[in-house]
Amino acid sequence: MGFLMAVSDYIIPTVCVMIIAYGLYKEVNVFEVFIEGAMEGLKVAVQILPTLIALLVAVGMLRASGSLDGLVRLIQPLVAFSDFPSEVVPIALMRTVSSSASTGLILDIFKTYGPDSFMGRLVSIMFGCTETIFYTMSVYFMAVNVKNTRYTLAGALVATVVGIIASYLLTVMLFGVA
Amino acid sequence: MLNYLWSFMIIFSIIMAIFGGDMGTLTTEMLASSQSAVKICFETSGILAMWMGIMYIAEKSGLIDALASRMTPILNFLFPDVPKNHPARKYIATNMIANFLGLGWAATPPGIKAMVELQKLNKKPGIATNAMCMFLIINISSIQLISINMVSYRTSYGSVNPTEIVAPSIIATTCSTIIAIMFAKMMYRKER
Repeated sequence: MGFLMAVSDYIIPTVCVMIIAYGLYKEVNVFEVFIEGAMEGLKVAVQILPTLIALLVAVGMLRASGSLDGLVRLIQPLVAFSDFPSEVVPIALMRTVSSSASTGLILDIFKTYGPDSFMGRLVSIMFGCTETIFYTMSVYFMAVNVKNTRYTLAGALVATVVGIIASYLLTVMLFGVA
Repeated sequence: MLNYLWSFMIIFSIIMAIFGGDMGTLTTEMLASSQSAVKICFETSGILAMWMGIMYIAEKSGLIDALASRMTPILNFLFPDVPKNHPARKYIATNMIANFLGLGWAATPPGIKAMVELQKLNKKPGIATNAMCMFLIINISSIQLISINMVSYRTSYGSVNPTEIVAPSIIATTCSTIIAIMFAKMMYRKER
């Protein structure tokens, strides 16, 4: 387990060094390109701000009105057979539909329980292995006018469910139970 | 989609607050949430900009293309129906590498081109080919090296060790991708 922690610590600096070294080897002006990319990054951050405001307000209202707690209580019996936290179920469902709305719900978990809580860690790990299934499928299949998508949705759902289960088991194994 | 979802979330909350009887908390939360969105955006923009700068170097130095050209053995296994040297392969490889590095902006254009090329190989337009199903299932379950958004949000909310989730994330997403590929291969054989 200590090994995995070390990987987490090393990976970002390692990727940076490798990319910069490769850039120098290919005689790219790495500093200038970095500045250009960072400017793009700032633009992206500003571009997503309106969406972030819209969804954090909506999720904040759901939380403050007690609707989110109500929803979680409704879901409770469905996951009662396991220790899987019912708070996380709405995020998993939302994630298949909208990336930004699920981000809003994840930030609500960070705010309510903290990013270093069991749930905070679980949603952090989960986010990486789930995708906006319906959006991605419609973008790609619409581009080529394919209507019958056969087993794509089934496969995507299998991947998502496996990702969620794997995230849960890893969180329990690495950081302990809630 | 968000049109209805977002309206529903807001209207439903207000109705619930009317019956729950705490409109004051709701109003305070509305105001506070919009402010904290700006705070989070500014706090995370530094990390996003730094990472995007590094990834621009990866793109401009041709690292993505270099990695994509090494994908041949994997592509042979995943897409036996797509002939070698077919343009679809190059686009699929670029899309996969860009997704692996977490470069959404660099992944979608080659992804769409890959679908267009795969469609040219399709004998029954309108029905997805096995290659298309495989490509999209992998795309959706995509292995991602570093989810920088998560790291930056965790930093913004004061995590003691924001990157501690990186290695477990890689393992979880690798599991989901392997199972997804196995599923697609199974369906592939069954329907041939």
